[in-house]
Amino acid sequence: MSEPLIFDRSVPGRRAVTFPASDVPATPLPPGTRKAPPALPEVSELDAVRHFTRLSESIYSIDKGFYPLGSCTMKYNPKLNDVAASLPGFAGLHPFSPEGGSQGALELLWQLEHILCEVAGMARFTLEPAAGAHGELTGMLITRAYHRHRGDDAKRRKVLIPDSAHGTNPATAAGLGYEVVEVASDARGGVDVAALRAACDDSVAALMLTNPNTLGLFDEHIDEIAAIVHGAGGLLYYDGANANAIVGRVRPGDMGFDIVHFNLHKTFSTPHGMGGPGAGPVGVVESLVPYLPVPLIARGDGRYSWRWDLPHSIGRVRAGYGNFGVLVRAFTYILANGRDGLEDISGHAVLNANYLLARLGELFDVPFDRRCMHEFVVSAKSLKAKTGVRALDIGKAILDRGMHAPTVYFPLVVEEAMMVEPTETETLEVLDAYADAMAAIVAQAERDPESLHAAPISTPVGRMDEATAARKPIVRWTGEAAN
Amino acid sequence: MSYIPHTEADRRAMLKRVGLASIDELFDEIPASVRLKRPLDIAPGLTQMEVEAEVNRLAAANAAAMATCFAGGGAYDRYIPAAERSLLQRGEFLTAYTPYQAETSQGTLQFTFEFQSLMCELTGMEVANASMYDGSTATAEAAAMARAATGRHAVVLASGLNPEYRQVVETYAEGLGFPLRDSVDGETAALIVPQVDFFGNIADVAAAAKTAHAAGALLVVVTDPSLLGVLEAPGHLGADIVVGDGQPLGLPISYGGPSFGFFASKMDLVRRMPGRIVGIAHDHEGRRGFVLTLQAREQHIRRAKATSNICTNQAYCALAATIYLTLLGPQGLREVGELSYQKAHYAADQLTKLPGVKLAFPDRPFFQEFALRAPRAVVGPLLDRGYLVGPALDRWFPDLKDAFLVAVTERRTKAEIDGLVAALREVLA
Repeated sequence: MSEPLIFDRSVPGRRAVTFPASDVPATPLPPGTRKAPPALPEVSELDAVRHFTRLSESIYSIDKGFYPLGSCTMKYNPKLNDVAASLPGFAGLHPFSPEGGSQGALELLWQLEHILCEVAGMARFTLEPAAGAHGELTGMLITRAYHRHRGDDAKRRKVLIPDSAHGTNPATAAGLGYEVVEVASDARGGVDVAALRAACDDSVAALMLTNPNTLGLFDEHIDEIAAIVHGAGGLLYYDGANANAIVGRVRPGDMGFDIVHFNLHKTFSTPHGMGGPGAGPVGVVESLVPYLPVPLIARGDGRYSWRWDLPHSIGRVRAGYGNFGVLVRAFTYILANGRDGLEDISGHAVLNANYLLARLGELFDVPFDRRCMHEFVVSAKSLKAKTGVRALDIGKAILDRGMHAPTVYFPLVVEEAMMVEPTETETLEVLDAYADAMAAIVAQAERDPESLHAAPISTPVGRMDEATAARKPIVRWTGEAAN
Repeated sequence: MSYIPHTEADRRAMLKRVGLASIDELFDEIPASVRLKRPLDIAPGLTQMEVEAEVNRLAAANAAAMATCFAGGGAYDRYIPAAERSLLQRGEFLTAYTPYQAETSQGTLQFTFEFQSLMCELTGMEVANASMYDGSTATAEAAAMARAATGRHAVVLASGLNPEYRQVVETYAEGLGFPLRDSVDGETAALIVPQVDFFGNIADVAAAAKTAHAAGALLVVVTDPSLLGVLEAPGHLGADIVVGDGQPLGLPISYGGPSFGFFASKMDLVRRMPGRIVGIAHDHEGRRGFVLTLQAREQHIRRAKATSNICTNQAYCALAATIYLTLLGPQGLREVGELSYQKAHYAADQLTKLPGVKLAFPDRPFFQEFALRAPRAVVGPLLDRGYLVGPALDRWFPDLKDAFLVAVTERRTKAEIDGLVAALREVLA
C-alpha cells in the first residue's frame, strides 16, 4: 500500500501550526496581494507526522544497513556532529552578525581551514563551495583567472580529463567553455602517460584528476603526470571524491596538485541528506591564493575577521560563507578523530575494500588485477554472457536481501561495472554477509536467471518504467489523484 | 574517539585473506616519493565529552546568536515548528543518498515530488526542480538557462537585487562568458528582478514583465517564498523563471547555510532546467511510484553536454521546507506573512519617531524589512545592548552611510520591538 500524496490527505480547514494574534496596531496590506491562496495541504499535526514517518520508512539509509555505493563514501555519520551543528550558538547565528559577535564561528572556520590545508598539503582553502561540483566550478574559475593573469588564457582552451572521471568534471569544464579532451586509461587502469604526453601542449589549461581514480586504483605515475602537465604550463586539479583512501597517507599537494576540492560529506562524514547539503571546500597552492573567492578569514591579535580586499579574486561563488552547518559537522568529526584517527580511517577503508574485493573477486570478473584503494570495480561481463544476468539485475537483487546496490555502469571504461566502496565503519561480519549475499545471487543466476530480471520483489514498488515517465513527464501535483 | 569497529583479531584475519602483514603495506602502490612520512600536524583525537566541551565553547563565543534578531538581508529568524524539528532528526532522512535506486528510495522521491509541487503552488509556475545550493546560485543558473533558452547573450540585473547574489551572478557571468548590462534591449536573454528587494521594498513585477517581454527577453523573478502566502505568485505576474532562497521556509539561519535554492519555470523550459527532477512513474505491475526523470539534461548522463554541472543539491533542506509548508498550510503561511508585515510596520513607525532616524526609501512600500538611516553607526552599539540589526549597508552602497536594515518576523513581540526602540534611543542619546 503506497502512501498517498500529502495533497490527497488535505481537508479544508484542518490545521497543525497556528500563530499568536498580532499584538501591534494593524496596517493595511499593500495593493497586489495574492488573489487565491496557494493550494498547500491542510492537515493536522498527526497527519503530517505520520505522512513523513511513513515516507522515511521506505528510504534505505546508512542507519538502516550497509550502503557500499561506490564513489559516495557512505560511512557512518556520527550523531555527535548533528548535535554540534544544532547548538543555538551556531544554528541561531545570523550571517550578517558583526565579527565581534561571531568570533566562535570564525575561529571554527579558521581551524577547519588550517586542518584541511594540512591534510591536503595546500596553502589556503575557501570553505564557500556548497558541494563537490561547486568546488570544481570554483577550482576551474581559479584556473582561468591564473592563466588570464599571465596573459595566457586565450590559447589555453583545453582541459584534459581521464575517461574514468566523474561526469561532473567534463560538465564543469565544458560549462566554462573549455574544450574537454578525454585521456585514455592504460592497461593498469591509470592515466595512459603516452596519451597524456601527446595531448599536452601550450593549449592545456589543466588536467582534472581523481587519485585514486574511480576504479579505486592509485595512479602510480603521478610524479610523471604532474611533470608533464606542469611542463606544458597547465595546472593540476585534484578531485577529492576519493580522498577517504589517502587521508594521512599521501597529500595532493605532495603529489604535485595545485588545486584540490574535498567533499566533506564523503571523507569527513557529514550526512548525505538524500542528496545534500554537502560542502566542497577548495584548497590551492601559494601561487593561486590571490584568486580564491572572497571573503577569506584572517587572524590578528587573537581576533578573527573576514577579508574582502583580494583584487585578483574570482569573486563570490555563493552568498554567505558556505554550508556552515555542514562545516561544523566536519570540524566536529575531525576533532573526535584527530591525527591518528584520520590515518586509521584511510587504513581501514582500504583494508575493508581489499578484503571485500578478495571475496567478490571469486564471483565476478576483476578488470584490473591490482591492489585497490578504498573502493574497487568488478564486472558482471562473464556472468551476463553465461546467464544473461546483468549488473543492473544484481544491484536490484541485493536490494531484496536488505542491502544497498553498488554503483552500477560506472565508471564507463568497464563493461557491466559494479563499483563497491565499503568504508571503514563496517564490520567484518557485514562485509561477509554482503559477499555471501552476492554469492547466493550468482548461484541463483546460474539456476534461475529469469527470477533475477524480476528483482526487486520485496520493495514497495518494483522496477519503474522510466522511459514512459520521461516521455510524458508528470512532475507536480495538479489536483487530480495521481495513482 | 574512533568510529572504526575492527578488533585486532579482525585486522589479522582480513590482512591474512588479502595476503599482507600490515595495513601500511596496503599503500605500497603509492610511490615513496609522494608519501607523507610524518604524522599529520593536527591535534590528537578527543573523546565525545571533550569534543562537546570544545564545540560548546565555540558556540558560546557567538554573542550575536543570543541577541534578539532583527537582522535580515536574505536570512530571517522565523519560527520552526517542533514537529518539523523532530521529524528531521530521523536517520533515514539524514543518512540516505541521492535516490539512484528508486525501489528503496520512494520516500525521498515522493517528498521531492511534493516539494516540487509546493514550489509550483507558491510561485505560480508549472515545474520546479529538486533544489539548488542556495538563492544566489539558483539566480546565476537562471541566467544561464535563459541564455540557452533564448539564444541571446546578455543579462540585466535589477538594482535592488541582493548584492551578494549580484556578486555570485558576476562570478558565473565571468566564468560562463556572458555580459551583464544595465538596460534591456534586443540582446537581453533575461531581466532578473527581486519581488521584494534587498531593502525590503516591494517591486512592480508586472511592469518588469512588460519590459522584458516587449524586448523578447525572459523575466526571472527572485523572491522570498515565505511571503507568497500574502504576495501574488510571480507566475501570475508574468515571470518565466522564479528562483530564491528557501531558508525562510523552516530552516535555521545557521550563519548563512545550509539552506536551499528553489528553481521553478514554465513547462516549455523544462528540458533546459538544471538539477534533478522527480516524476511519477509506474512499475511493471502498474503500481504508482516516483523516479528521477528527464535525466538526459544531467552531468552523469550527458557529461560535457549537460545543462549544468550540479550533482549534489540540498535535498534535506528541501525536505525541511516540505514539512514546514505542510504544517503551516495556506492559513499558517498567510499568518506568517501578515504578522511579519504588521510588526515591521509598527517597528518602522516607532523607530522613525526617534530624532534623526528615518526611512531610507520613504516613498516605497515595504514588506517585512526596511532600510533606516541613522545619524551615526548603530549596529555595534545595538548588539552590545542585545539587539541584532543589519546588515549595515555602506559595505555595498557607499551612498547609504550609517544606514542599515531592520527585519521583523512573526517571532518578534511588541515588547521586543519596543525594547529595540528604547535601545536605539539610548544609543543615539
